[in-house]
Amino acid sequence: MSPELIQVSYSLKIDTVTTDHAEAQRQLGICTSCRYCEGYCAAFKSVTRHRTFDVATVSHIANLCHNCRGCYYACQYTEPHEFSLNIPALLANVRAQNWEEHIQPRVVTRHMQRYIWPYVMLTALFVLLFSVAVGAPWVSALPFYSLISHNTMVLIFLPLFVLPVIALILGLRRYWKSIGGKPLKLIHVKEAIASAATMKQLDGGQGQGCNYEAGERYTSIRRWAHQATMYGFLLCFLSTSVATLYHYLFNYPAPYPFFSLPKMFGVSGGILLTIGCAVLIYLKRMADEGLGSQQRQRAEYTFTTLLFLVGLTGLLLYWCKGTSVAGGLLIVHLSVVATFFIAIPYSKMSHGFFRLAALCRESQLSSRAL
Amino acid sequence: MPKVLDAPEADLSLVTPGVGPVTSDVLVVGGGNAGLCAAICAAEAGATVTLLERAPVAYRGGNSRHTRNFRCSHEASLGVLSGQYRVDEFYDDLLRVTKGNTDEALARMVIRNAPESYQWMSRQGVIFQPSLSGTLSLSRTNAFFLGGGKALVNAYYQRCEDLGVAIHYNATVIDLHIENNRFDGALIEVEGEQRYLRASSVIIAAGGFEANKEWLAEAWGDAAKNFLIRGTPYNRGEVLRQMLNHGADSIGDPTQCHAVAIDGRAPEYDGGIVTRLDCVPFSVVLNKHGERFYDEGEDVWPKRYAIWGRLVAAQPDQVAYSIVDEKSRELFMPSVFPAMSSDSLEELTEKLGLPVAQSVKTIKLFNDACSAGDFHPTELDGLCTTGLEPEKTNWARALDTPPYYGYELRPGVTFTYLGINVDDTARVTFDGRQAENIWAAGEIMAGNILGEGYLAGFGMTIGTVFGRIAGREAGQYVTGVDSSEL
Ligand SMILES: Cc1cc2nc3c(=O)[nH]c(=O)nc-3n(C[C@H](O)[C@H](O)[C@H](O)COP(=O)(O)OP(=O)(O)OC[C@H]3O[C@@H](n4cnc5c(N)ncnc54)[C@H](O)[C@@H]3O)c2cc1C
Ligand code: SF4
Ligand code: SF4
Repeated sequence: MSPELIQVSYSLKIDTVTTDHAEAQRQLGICTSCRYCEGYCAAFKSVTRHRTFDVATVSHIANLCHNCRGCYYACQYTEPHEFSLNIPALLANVRAQNWEEHIQPRVVTRHMQRYIWPYVMLTALFVLLFSVAVGAPWVSALPFYSLISHNTMVLIFLPLFVLPVIALILGLRRYWKSIGGKPLKLIHVKEAIASAATMKQLDGGQGQGCNYEAGERYTSIRRWAHQATMYGFLLCFLSTSVATLYHYLFNYPAPYPFFSLPKMFGVSGGILLTIGCAVLIYLKRMADEGLGSQQRQRAEYTFTTLLFLVGLTGLLLYWCKGTSVAGGLLIVHLSVVATFFIAIPYSKMSHGFFRLAALCRESQLSSRAL
Repeated sequence: MPKVLDAPEADLSLVTPGVGPVTSDVLVVGGGNAGLCAAICAAEAGATVTLLERAPVAYRGGNSRHTRNFRCSHEASLGVLSGQYRVDEFYDDLLRVTKGNTDEALARMVIRNAPESYQWMSRQGVIFQPSLSGTLSLSRTNAFFLGGGKALVNAYYQRCEDLGVAIHYNATVIDLHIENNRFDGALIEVEGEQRYLRASSVIIAAGGFEANKEWLAEAWGDAAKNFLIRGTPYNRGEVLRQMLNHGADSIGDPTQCHAVAIDGRAPEYDGGIVTRLDCVPFSVVLNKHGERFYDEGEDVWPKRYAIWGRLVAAQPDQVAYSIVDEKSRELFMPSVFPAMSSDSLEELTEKLGLPVAQSVKTIKLFNDACSAGDFHPTELDGLCTTGLEPEKTNWARALDTPPYYGYELRPGVTFTYLGINVDDTARVTFDGRQAENIWAAGEIMAGNILGEGYLAGFGMTIGTVFGRIAGREAGQYVTGVDSSEL
């Protein structure tokens, strides 16, 4: 089937998952005449700069929103009021629609945004592949690189990493064009990264945190959990990068002792990532489903679970080194990592990159407004 | 989750005041800003508190859920408020809008107490934000609530829950039993059943009667049925009426209400802030016969918007139409419903349901009376019509640049002025004598201070200051402990 055909057969099913533009215009039109939520976030700062909302503006606003839900619990116009506002859900839908539209192949994005099975299938597939490749050493106490050589690893993982990243970059470019982004200057990127690095937005605007798991009460747990996840992930990434450098530039192959950069980064990152993801999953369970993109919840859970497993299996592998479960663990670990690599552009993971793009654009827009 | 009321059941005919268990030390009637502040302070003073709120959870908080700011004096910068807004300046502002129709001692007490209340509010979990875009003129005088009034109300309800206040939703007080200036209990209706609830004291914070169109009709006649109510449908004023029936001293003009011109397409109740329209000063306003009836440019809009409610209410069918052209489209805050628009005045007036020939003639006459000059949207520019009746004294520019935009205007009632008299301890008076155990706070007593007119953000200031005083006083009355030092 050609991609077009797949898309057509899909569009019959996706109506409940999409928010049409007229509805976005209606809701945001109410907000811009109200403005009570201006102090919550960058999304609302952008809302109040507009009187009307074209598709590009709505996309931009949606990717600035991090679903803190402050503007839902504070809104005097939520259901049962006839204005029936639900900005967090609206923007969550628009955001995901954006990713689904801009990251190709779209059919993959759509599946990974909405269903559990692609993740399960991929992981299962990789387990199978790795088992066959290394002769199914489920019970083995051998060190890593005697099971799979470093070069084989690189051969497998480099394309698994590079191809999705290319898809991501192309998707971001399409998104950037769609929102009318201008050529980037360093200052815009710097501002955006500074904001993302501290998760400034997640402080709720005035430091009070967000309304997530505790309904109308503000808490900062989500901010910290998200921070742990992000930095945990970055540390793991750094660990792998440093190890690769050691291997190729300094001819210093693994294994590394505990007091080495790859290990220090890896272990601390793994702990942060695992705990962060676990807390995020718990918070999501406590939070109201109706304030997110409901039909994408399952895939979001799955993705966070995947990330959790990446961290957990990595840590277990470290602690179980030299034991009889190491071989099996390694296969599982490599499989979830491989699945994760593929999922980078197609899953919820893309939100970070789109957010960064939106923050860059916001920096362009607000510095021009000055 | 709404809690189930476990008060003793009672039927009107079976009620025997003075007999039966006393449910709590303090009964608070009304769960808006004033009632919540009172409940918190009474609970903090050590009293057991029951709060009765007529609305369901989703609509709790009365008109307070629609508010956005709190007017606050300050000697030096205070939180989100910069510079200085001294008590005297505040009081002068009040004198100007009320034309002196205020009680100076009570007014000054509220104004003096405001900065301390600002800090108290922050401690209860209310979060402030700098003034919203488009409200620069209020940035020195008014502290805005992050997320608006509903977020404030949420914070107070959480605080009440934490303090163990028993909160009952869907509970309407229909009568109070008062004898010899003493409250015994309240007759309430909850889910179709009537109960009698006894308490050692009561704080009345049930708002005004603005949502009671039959009552509004007593002063406004048939016109009242065309009024839109900007806030909650639950403020029907029965507690106010019962208090007056029981002999509480009244205050404030029983016939007056604060009404502004809002978008005619707004819902009948609860449309809130977004239905306001700020286009009048830059427009030509016609009544349903296509005639002008008042100087649209008399003064800057914040000073004039409140008279337009009454002006429109006085027009046939309580409706008017504000028309601007492309030149002015961006000069006012965006409207919640898109304007009617057209490239010709004929088509626009027809779309609006106006008599076309007459309307276009009125606009032509208006255009002819405009002359060239410097236009300044943000200040009185003196750009006026000549030889027109009524004239337009500022911002008079011909409607000559299509597309043209039109809005239907209707009177939107904010609050009513009639209330009950209180002293400086928020205690209600009967024939000039203090009630033994009855206090009042919020809109139901605001007439003591706001005899007429309105000052943006002052409703919340009055409610907060008096709510806190009422709560503290009632708490002190039942516990016998002076908590004013707390
Ligand atoms: C759209 C709008 C915007 C406003 N903006 C501002 C602003 O920015 N700043 C400002 O200072 N003021 C503002 N005001 C005015 C402000 O809302 C009032 O001054 C203030 O809310 C009054 O508080 P309250 O607690 O006395 O009454 P309310 O908040 O109205 O509370 C009254 C409560 O009593 C309950 N009740 C009524 N009858 C009964 C009964 N029989 N039994 C039990 N419960 C009952 C109601 O359900 C309600 O919850 C605004 C008003 C409106 C309509
Ligand atoms: S979400 Fe509601 S309260 Fe917030 S700005 Fe929009 S309309 Fe206003
Ligand atoms: S959910 Fe939070 S981040 Fe998103 S628009 Fe609302 S207030 Fe802003």
